[in-house]
Amino acid sequence: MNDQQSLWSFILEQQDKLAEQTLTHIGLTFVSLLIAVLAGIPLGILISRKVKWSGPILGFAGILQTIPSIALLGVMIPLLGIGPKPAIVALFLYALLPIIRNTYTGIREVDKSVIDAARGMGMSEWQILLKVELPLAMPVILAGIRTATVINVGVATLAAYIAAGGLGEFIFGGIALNNSNMILAGAIPAALLAILFDYLLSRLQKLNVRKLKPALLPLAVLLLVFSSLYIAPSVKAGSLLAGFTPEFMGRQDGYLGLREKYNLDIRTVVISDAVMYKAAFEKDLDVISGYSTDGRLKAFDLVVLHDDKGIFPPYYAAPIIKKSALEKFPELQPVLNLLAGRINDSIMTDLNYRVDYLKQSPGKVAKEFLERNGLYKQPRQAGSDAVRIGSKIFGEQYILANMYSMLIRGNTDLGVESKTGLGGTKICFDALINDQIDLYPEYSGTGLLVILQTPPKIVAGLKTKEEVFTYVKEEFSKKFLIDWLEPIGFNNAYALMMRRKQSEALRVKNISDLANYIKTH
Amino acid sequence: MINVQGISKYYNSVKAVNKVSFEVKKGQTLILLGPSGCGKTTTLRMLNRLIEPSEGIIKLDGKDISNQQPEILRRGIGYVLQHTGLFPHYTVAENIAIVPKLLNWDKQKIEKRSAELLEKLELEPGKYLHSYPGALSGGQQQRVGLARALMANPPVLLMDEPLGALDPITRSNIRQEFNRLDELREKTIVMVTHDIAEAFELGDNICLMNHGIIQQIGTPYQLLFEPQNSFVKDFFNEQRLQLELTVLSIADVWGHLSEQKHSESTMVSKGENLWEVLDSLQRSGSNRVRVNNPASGEQKVIGYRELMTAYSDFKNSVHE
Repeated sequence: MNDQQSLWSFILEQQDKLAEQTLTHIGLTFVSLLIAVLAGIPLGILISRKVKWSGPILGFAGILQTIPSIALLGVMIPLLGIGPKPAIVALFLYALLPIIRNTYTGIREVDKSVIDAARGMGMSEWQILLKVELPLAMPVILAGIRTATVINVGVATLAAYIAAGGLGEFIFGGIALNNSNMILAGAIPAALLAILFDYLLSRLQKLNVRKLKPALLPLAVLLLVFSSLYIAPSVKAGSLLAGFTPEFMGRQDGYLGLREKYNLDIRTVVISDAVMYKAAFEKDLDVISGYSTDGRLKAFDLVVLHDDKGIFPPYYAAPIIKKSALEKFPELQPVLNLLAGRINDSIMTDLNYRVDYLKQSPGKVAKEFLERNGLYKQPRQAGSDAVRIGSKIFGEQYILANMYSMLIRGNTDLGVESKTGLGGTKICFDALINDQIDLYPEYSGTGLLVILQTPPKIVAGLKTKEEVFTYVKEEFSKKFLIDWLEPIGFNNAYALMMRRKQSEALRVKNISDLANYIKTH
Repeated sequence: MINVQGISKYYNSVKAVNKVSFEVKKGQTLILLGPSGCGKTTTLRMLNRLIEPSEGIIKLDGKDISNQQPEILRRGIGYVLQHTGLFPHYTVAENIAIVPKLLNWDKQKIEKRSAELLEKLELEPGKYLHSYPGALSGGQQQRVGLARALMANPPVLLMDEPLGALDPITRSNIRQEFNRLDELREKTIVMVTHDIAEAFELGDNICLMNHGIIQQIGTPYQLLFEPQNSFVKDFFNEQRLQLELTVLSIADVWGHLSEQKHSESTMVSKGENLWEVLDSLQRSGSNRVRVNNPASGEQKVIGYRELMTAYSDFKNSVHE
């Protein structure tokens, strides 16, 4: 990626992808909205009739709304797999509350004497609903649909986590790749969509009740047309299906490199690493872009395909820390280096397995490891100074952050302030640069490619893991005044992985095998 | 026309309406009168089955209404509400066409009838047919509400405090208009009000209720001069003088009325009741008027003293 590239040139370059993502995004939003309207309005009408049920139904829809979107998507995976289905269901559930609630409120707020008059004149219940209650409640119902639309445009970005496409692919890819243009290319259209739909629906809402009737038909047609925009990503059947993270999709040492060096032409969907392993285990995906020390490798019996052409650079983990912090706390460096060389790949995989799969707390796993290795000491009385430790949002980083925290508390008089769960690389690194944290564990490969954005020529010249580490350490020191301490030992590199059984059945051991298999099948 | 036999309405153990019976003859107006919560509105709403009675029978034109489909029944009964209940999203024309459309009238018939009725109610059709209720004054809305109830020309009209939401001046204007309206004269009307003056002005008979029980049914005269219990007696106390003067006709007190010996030409009072005669006395300038006994054709010249003495003698004779 090129720093000088402007947002506009990025958009032009990626216009096909952008158009497809935008259409998918609109489609996702409106398919789910359509279902929510079809379910929500009748439900709203029902509870306006049976007021006893309004509490439980509104309460239930309200609870659904409070579930964090990513968690709701996570819950959907075991039930519905990955792809558009769980995304649409999750979006539908989010859209439900405003629509039910506003239908209910709208109908309840219709002047009682008007309904009384309608009934007294001999209108049937059905006529009262269609000719009096719904028309008079329509502005309120439309306000609900408007709220639901805006919510859905926002939440639909998360669909990219579960292989359902949409503008989230750019947004999360951009965050992971530290590529602002990519983030903006996804975020701006998403924001514009929200503003546009909000505006259009607000116009509709302000129309006189009289003019609403003719306006509702085009609305319904539009809803259907928008819904039909949703072309489920990847429908080509038969061959293997790969699920890659947004980050992996955009990286030279990821999907781009796989295509260039291996001529790998596999059909792909974009998915979050949080659900990727499970999806592979459940045979929703065949190949995934995992991390070589991920605990779920062990949990789901996956194997790493050998990178026979060496496109994945080494990702040796080491704490990175601001030089100013090292000067301020001179006692810190030796303590942080206590972990150097202590954890190899299989130990790290096992630690990750305990956290990610056995659901042990990162703190407990960290403490047990330190105790086993004689590194654990009771925390001392902390002074007023505190070291701020950050971590990215996955298990391994939590474990490492916990270990550093315990080492510092046990070996120095410093306090520790943990700021864990700082999203991806960009968020973590920005926090470090902006003095929000003092240190966090980083990987040499990420430093090389994502943060430094080292040109491919130089990358090609760095043959060994030591060369990579030295290069990164020097560049960081020059550019950012940040120091890489000694590597911890393990290499959490990118890896392609498959289910062990499938790998054996297809005789796919390395990535070249995989490329060949796809060519021949 | 309307025959109500022992209807009650219980809400849990509360008897909102307790064994109410009455009859309204064709063309008559019955006023349901009483304090808030006396059950008068509940009684009215049972007549078109907006509320189902817990017990008792209601017959309309000899037929038990509980055997009729409620929607069909209601389409044949005009219904006027305090807050008009006009559809805010319908024009005046559409509002008053609701019942005819339910009855499948053709378009021409609806248009003709709308124009005719609005004219009678002094709402210029060209000006108001295509307005929305929101653009009309309270009095105009109430007239449209009445037009809507009258559109399909139902023989029976139910009115629930039709003037309750209006200011006193508009109210008395519309009341007089209602009184003049020939369409209303031939209707059988049951009307709920808590306004005593309105009840006396519009009702042939008044049904005074309290705590869901009928205290007395009768003509305004009967309620004033032949009260059946202390509630009835006390109910009218605040306005008794005016009510009695309104209810009593010159013919009622003729025998107690002495005559002044004045040969000069004196203004003839057109007033039929004592209140109206008082009014003409006040305007006569000479404190004398000539009154007619419509029964015998006799005439007498009277002043304040004669009138008030006759009134007081009449009352004494009633109490004896």
